[in-house]
Amino acid sequence: MTLVARPTDSAPTTRTGSTLLDAVLRFRALGLLIALVAMVAATAAVNSRFVSQQSIRDILLGAAITILLAVGMTVVVLTRGIDLSVGSVLGLSAYVTADFLQVNPGTPVPVAMLLGLAIGAGCGLVNGAVIHFGKVPALVATLGTLYVFRGIVYFVAGGSRINASDMPRGFLDFGTDRVLGIPYLIIVSLVVVVLAGVFLSRYRAGRDMYALGSSPEAAKLAGIPAGRRLLTAYVLCGALAGLGGVLHAARFGTVDASAGSGMELNVVAAVVVGGVAIFGGSGTVFGAALGALLLTVISNALPVLSVDQFWQQAIVGALILGAIGLDRFVGLRVSASLRRKDSHVD
Amino acid sequence: MSTETAPDRVADRPQSGRLRSSRMVGWDGAVVVVTALFIVIAALTVEHFGTSRNAGFLILDLAPVLLLALPMTLIIVTGEIDLSVASTVGLTSSAMGVMWNNGLPLETIMPLCVVIGAVLGAVNGIFVTALGLPSLAVTIGTLALYRGLAFVLLGDTAVADFPRDFTGWTIGDLGASSIPNVLIPMLVIAGLFAAVLHATPTGRAIVATGANATAASFAGIPVGRVKFWLYVTSGAVAGLVGVFWTLRYSSARADNAAGLELTVVAAVLLGGVSIFGGKGTLPGVLAGVVLLTSLQNALRLADVSTEALTVVTGSLLIVSVLAPNVVTAVRTTLSRRRARLRMTPTS
Repeated sequence: MTLVARPTDSAPTTRTGSTLLDAVLRFRALGLLIALVAMVAATAAVNSRFVSQQSIRDILLGAAITILLAVGMTVVVLTRGIDLSVGSVLGLSAYVTADFLQVNPGTPVPVAMLLGLAIGAGCGLVNGAVIHFGKVPALVATLGTLYVFRGIVYFVAGGSRINASDMPRGFLDFGTDRVLGIPYLIIVSLVVVVLAGVFLSRYRAGRDMYALGSSPEAAKLAGIPAGRRLLTAYVLCGALAGLGGVLHAARFGTVDASAGSGMELNVVAAVVVGGVAIFGGSGTVFGAALGALLLTVISNALPVLSVDQFWQQAIVGALILGAIGLDRFVGLRVSASLRRKDSHVD
Repeated sequence: MSTETAPDRVADRPQSGRLRSSRMVGWDGAVVVVTALFIVIAALTVEHFGTSRNAGFLILDLAPVLLLALPMTLIIVTGEIDLSVASTVGLTSSAMGVMWNNGLPLETIMPLCVVIGAVLGAVNGIFVTALGLPSLAVTIGTLALYRGLAFVLLGDTAVADFPRDFTGWTIGDLGASSIPNVLIPMLVIAGLFAAVLHATPTGRAIVATGANATAASFAGIPVGRVKFWLYVTSGAVAGLVGVFWTLRYSSARADNAAGLELTVVAAVLLGGVSIFGGKGTLPGVLAGVVLLTSLQNALRLADVSTEALTVVTGSLLIVSVLAPNVVTAVRTTLSRRRARLRMTPTS
């Protein structure tokens, strides 16, 4: 089914004849943008303060961490996998990093970020190893590690909590400070999105992710080192979740063992809403980032529109269903018209 | 190497059926033996584990997992999955609280809850069969959606004023014995599912669907309809569990049974059901459920923290899929080596 959706993403120089595919992909990003603008406009009509500088900054700050995780998840979903453990990895990294900073207050921020990345990469390596070497389906493996990693956080934290007063000033400032009006957290997320976008569209290892997701057998026959690529994808996803944990600690100042619980749902929703096919092989990190932004806008708009906060999770679920339904619909239409056009091929 | 391809979402079936089936029988048996051994050891070493009082509690703890595991087994055997069961329990529990607050009698509410569950299951079924969407993605979506709707209905409040007759019966014992009231209905339902899976054409259709959906539909099996009704069944059973859960804890809350889907899937896989579909027996699953819940019960009695429980459940989930794969890999290597040894003298 996903064979049709060969990615021709984000590379402006591609002058291929598949204008239809381009149109579909552009339509997806355009649809997301339209939904975003409509959502913001509708909310701003109710309360103009929704588009104030402070409010926009809040939304972007809220989206920054989800975007980071969505980028990692995109890479994994592209290979036909899934990583449900990202929320737990974020919690583990947030707690361990905060605990480390509590003991070593002199640690510079980049070192803390490296620590979080390393913790996350370790967790990702466990996922990747179980999935690749143990031949356990990604869903089962990461559903299991979701609980294992969370259990480890509870072991480490043991019900205690690290408060803002326990963490060094410089680290907390990193969570709130900004350069030219743009918070550091957003800059970190944007840099990651761009790097991952370039990696996926320009580098062989990145293109291999699409190939693996489009057709694992064909990719292996073409000589793609499937095992190494899968490990890369899961390590990358884990590492970004780990980095997300550091940002989480810096932004909120307090960390307890439940940090990031249930976040995997939002991240999967962002990725799926952002047009990454759940069957792999199609989608971009830019779409996923837009999806994450849309979800954050919706959750920030709910109180303004005086809708009960309890609706939020239901909306996330409805968005997942709507997005995969739309993908299916578009996929069927595209494959039907491709069959009509390229019937001479086979 | 053909048997060693990495498992994909789609069924990945090795050529050698004999090897696989002999392994599965072994796994079933192994789980039953391990379960029996575990219960004996726990009864001897863990204080209070072997008492009839604890056995009663154990059965009450076990009931929701067991009930949800029955339709989950059939669904996983067809090669699909339903991650929304625990959220369906939560939503029916919330609905029960709302209906009770509105003055409906419990005799009306309880069947209504089962119907609501069935409708929620039918929604999953329509997405999976009529629209042809991957069940994993659909039920992750409804996992969020149903839990979200449960919170929309009840918020973070609880309804706790259910009549004593009902809540008392749910946790009560049969007459003067120490057999819980729920045990007999539970066993009847389990027997029903086992009979359907192992002794009826429907059961054969379910296994055939999971083994090879294309071949099954060529053989005249209405693959879509089979899956759809399994999701409806799964939802209805989850509605029943919602009623049980509410009455057992005498509290209707939106977060009831949150996260229970992990335990259910873990128990089913532990019982030897293949996540790729086409393989699995209900006796094995029953053993898996008993093993998992009695292990949790024993750890709790032995004062092991709840954190350890989550780690144990999560690890068991992974190990239950990992172990058969490792066994198969080792067997394949051994048989290949044996074959090579047999070859050498002739060549």
